[in-house]
Amino acid sequence: MSRAAAVTESRLARALLIGGAMAFLGFFLLLPLLAVFSEGLKQGWSAFAAAIVEHDALAAIRLTLIIAVISVPLNVVFGIAASWAIAKFNFKGKSLLITLIDLPFSVSPVVSGLIFVLLFGAHGLLGPWLQAHDLKIIFAVPGIVLATVFITFPFVARELIPLMMEQGKDDEEAAVSLGANGWQTFWHVTLPNIRWGLLYGVLLCNARAMGEFGAVSVVSGHIRGMTNTMPLHVEILYNEYDFVGAFAVASLLAVLALVTLVAKSVLEWRFDYHHGGAGH
Amino acid sequence: MTLFAASRAGWRQPSVLPGFGLTFGFSLTWLTLIVLIPLATIFLKTAGMGWSAFWAVGFSDRALAAYRLSFGTAAAAGVVNALFGLLVAWVLVRYQFPGKKLVSALVDLPFALPTAVAGIALTALYAPNGWIGQYLEPLGVKVAFTPIGIVIALVFIGLPFVVRSVEPVLADLGKDVEEAAATLGASRAQTFVRIILPAIGPALLTGFALAFARGVGEYGSVIFISGNMPGKTEIAPLLIVTQLEQYAYDGATAIATVMMVASFAILLGINLIQAWSRRRAMA
Repeated sequence: MSRAAAVTESRLARALLIGGAMAFLGFFLLLPLLAVFSEGLKQGWSAFAAAIVEHDALAAIRLTLIIAVISVPLNVVFGIAASWAIAKFNFKGKSLLITLIDLPFSVSPVVSGLIFVLLFGAHGLLGPWLQAHDLKIIFAVPGIVLATVFITFPFVARELIPLMMEQGKDDEEAAVSLGANGWQTFWHVTLPNIRWGLLYGVLLCNARAMGEFGAVSVVSGHIRGMTNTMPLHVEILYNEYDFVGAFAVASLLAVLALVTLVAKSVLEWRFDYHHGGAGH
Repeated sequence: MTLFAASRAGWRQPSVLPGFGLTFGFSLTWLTLIVLIPLATIFLKTAGMGWSAFWAVGFSDRALAAYRLSFGTAAAAGVVNALFGLLVAWVLVRYQFPGKKLVSALVDLPFALPTAVAGIALTALYAPNGWIGQYLEPLGVKVAFTPIGIVIALVFIGLPFVVRSVEPVLADLGKDVEEAAATLGASRAQTFVRIILPAIGPALLTGFALAFARGVGEYGSVIFISGNMPGKTEIAPLLIVTQLEQYAYDGATAIATVMMVASFAILLGINLIQAWSRRRAMA
């Protein structure tokens, strides 16, 4: 038995294992993806296009973009601040802080929506006060933003913390000892070092922000043309048996997912960026 | 001032870098406002409703059936994902084949595809007249609108957790131990069971736990394929939404509390098993 043969499988076993893995991925990942586009185009391109340029669909697309444009930058600012404090300094309770940042990952999306209803809803803790001041959070855009920020809370921080820990603080200490102030150090030293990791976090954060369903569904109130995001619009069309419409709007979201995957892969291949954790 | 006091108290090691007060203060404030206070309202509300009311809604027959279904299907999907996720990770790490990079990118699809889209796509495939369902129907196999459909949706959602947990550990595994095992006369199967599996066991368990935790709370991909029949195919997150739609805030909160406590308890248990197996491996 040759040295190589001792630590690998026979050609047949290899072919069977590869075939098994591909069959599994084909059935569970590729077929659902194909089904989205195929069902959306079932009645041709014109029906597909009509479902997308329809008034309520356009309103849903606009709202989804607004939600992402607000919540992703908030998470970028938080992610950078949290990873600067955690990666560049040593303090007690650091691992507790990291655990708390990860907390939203282990909460059901539905519960993530529920907590904001309990806080800001008509019967919630702050409900009467909000009503007295004519402020609306639940069944309105602010509630959707809050739920989305909660759901995507760990995404950027989780990408940056391990990256910045690995890079250490020598570069920054050198910059400071040469007379740079904090902002200069961050802009000229830290940011160039973490840009690919930051972009990676932003990509995943954005995909989730635009695609979130459960949490947003609880706080949105499903008002057509007003508080309906794209995923919620898909649900409404589907429940009205407008399958072509539902799958047409779903196709747009699937394209977003594919663009995210391509951009992410380009980061991994071209810039040899390896991301830290598996938990998203 | 505060920084000086903090470092003098030994809470934080001194550093020449600026910005700790600003970044730490901002992070903690934002975390408290967005995550901690909202989450605390669940427990506040639960504490205010009284034990008997909590018991009546949190452990009603309908709620119990929903917990059984949610935790049962999440566990089943976690097992399927542990097996096939290991297979996919193995193939991606150990073998070369055309299109490998493409396949590797596709594995992350469930992270990127909105859950509602996955839900209606899987329903289109597995409904009795769907692409796959039409071939299963004559065999008497019903997938959509049964617990099997829920498991399939959760397999889709959980797969990348297992693959991405196992992959790096498998890649770091030195071939020298496998060579040593082969030299000592072990068959390939023996090497896999006695050498490789114990080494990747903790990562596999982590992947299972992540997939399981995600599956228990999953909503969007499940509600389309599950049929949502109370007591039969009604998952716990859906029951929360149903309660909310009837303005039964106490009921929704009680079910959410039970789910969260149960999930944390199970994850804690898995962590303990991992710590125990790591200690045993080192001894």
